[in-house]
Amino acid sequence: MSNLETPKPSGLRSGGSYDAILIGAGMSGLAAGIRLAQYKERVLIVERHSLWGGLNSFYKRRGRVMDVGLHALTNFAPKGRRGVPLTKLLRQLRLRHEELELGEQSFSEIAFPDVTLRFSNDFAVFESEVARAFPAEMDAFRALVAEVMAYDSFAPPDPTLRTRAKLRAQFKDPLLVEMLMLPMCYYGSAIENDIAWYQFAILFKSFFDEGFARPAGGIRPLLQLLVKRYKELGGELVMRNGAQELLVQGERVVGVRLDDGTEVLAEQVFSSAGYARTMELGGQASLPVDHGQLSFTETMVIADRLPRDFGAEAYARQDTRFALPSDQVGRGDGATIVFFNDHAHFDYASPSADAPLGIDTRSGVICCPNHYATATPDAPLAAGWQADEGVLRYTALANADFWKRFDRTSDAGEADYQAAKAAASAALIDSASRFAPDPRAFEIDRDAFTPRTIEHFTGHARGAVYGAPRKHLDGTTPLDNLFIIGTDQGLLGVVGAMLSGISIANRYGLQPTTS
Amino acid sequence: MNREEVIQAVKDIISSIAPDEELDGLNADERLRDQIELDSMDFLDIVMELRKRYGVQVPEEDYKELASLNSCANYLQPKMADIELKASV
Repeated sequence: MSNLETPKPSGLRSGGSYDAILIGAGMSGLAAGIRLAQYKERVLIVERHSLWGGLNSFYKRRGRVMDVGLHALTNFAPKGRRGVPLTKLLRQLRLRHEELELGEQSFSEIAFPDVTLRFSNDFAVFESEVARAFPAEMDAFRALVAEVMAYDSFAPPDPTLRTRAKLRAQFKDPLLVEMLMLPMCYYGSAIENDIAWYQFAILFKSFFDEGFARPAGGIRPLLQLLVKRYKELGGELVMRNGAQELLVQGERVVGVRLDDGTEVLAEQVFSSAGYARTMELGGQASLPVDHGQLSFTETMVIADRLPRDFGAEAYARQDTRFALPSDQVGRGDGATIVFFNDHAHFDYASPSADAPLGIDTRSGVICCPNHYATATPDAPLAAGWQADEGVLRYTALANADFWKRFDRTSDAGEADYQAAKAAASAALIDSASRFAPDPRAFEIDRDAFTPRTIEHFTGHARGAVYGAPRKHLDGTTPLDNLFIIGTDQGLLGVVGAMLSGISIANRYGLQPTTS
Repeated sequence: MNREEVIQAVKDIISSIAPDEELDGLNADERLRDQIELDSMDFLDIVMELRKRYGVQVPEEDYKELASLNSCANYLQPKMADIELKASV
């Protein structure tokens, strides 16, 4: 046991004693940190890695800054729109809308065999697309929209209510159900082949009633903005020194031992490390926990020109079964995000560990960040890479065990791992190029990451991007002053993760107790 | 602080929390949230700012006393009588 009376000298500003410690400098930890630092003297964020962001981070490769995680900032709303998450978030963090420099999407697509639905930040586009493709379903669709719009995103939800069976009962055409499930599952479900209804409702609004945008320069400037705000408020941030153990006395956590052995005391601890991992850190014996199965690979391709300059051959692999009918609006500069599925049913499940490629190439998400508008005309759209380079990112479901079994400590094992990544990426681009232009004739760089990478950088066991199927919506744990923020608390997306941190920090860190 | 200064202190706080809202035309008898966009998270910030700027504690069961500018003045003025209004920042 640690000797808590004499914490080791730490070099930390507050001499090793804090009002609040936050574990993880991702979106939820930084947002919660800003809230707490606004009203508390001594706030510390500890982060194991050398970069901020957690699931929404970035890295540098050959002079380019690449986003991981962020395809789209959902919940886009114009400045001043009332009652929506982005407006609440900006107000809570005292940020101005302009500081995010958001560029809106061109349009995005949900592509299935024979039917493609397009949507943009104008809800009327999506509604007219559904009316075109599913005219017999419009009454049911309008009823769904009304139900979702009336859903109070800030009220305590019923986490047991699932979406697929509910939609099947509401719609006659199962294809529309599958098409609505696809983007929602990919952008947030920790449950195989389904999504909790409250998450579907929140995501549906965040996609179709609100919309997609990208901060100029990607996730890095947004993270820099949050870190700057946090530090201006007096918050302290320690990098490359994560939480190794929670120091527990009875029903309370009294401090955190860091990776370098430093012990810091805390009145409260807010953890974004996931519920199960947080309990492990606290030495809490618990029943076996389902960490979640759903993980992904992502492949990024850089091209020497913008997608609009790829020329006709890039579209040669496109399958007309997946394209919009020719009488539909022109493609313009192309889609920002394409959610694709090449068969009528959408299987949202971890592929088998015996699957030869370790991924499921039948469905996925294609993101082309070139197709976000520039928020400010002078800022290069893509800042991070050259403004005239094309970027395509491909996401697909992956099996964590497949990707974890390589022994990367041996040269042979590492070579096998790299070969498996190359094979999976090639198959994924093959599949995705039925739905979007193929960049390979103009390719100048490629990189890929796997569930193994995700586990390493986020601490999410088995690379489970959306965390455990069971969420802890009220943020509490068996320990009185230990709280869960982020993915396992249950809010989704960049804006959702920040609101998760904000709401739990407000409720337990700031709310004055009744006198 | 007199009654007018208490109201000014509250308005200064609201304008720092919600810089986009127009506060000049507020009716002091009407509920604030019926006139401008303020949710429960914003009311928490009003309470936190009152504590930070003026050391005034507002327990959760008294949040309802902050509904309108006049009710704010009724509730806060006795607590803030001996405190000077701070220049708005």
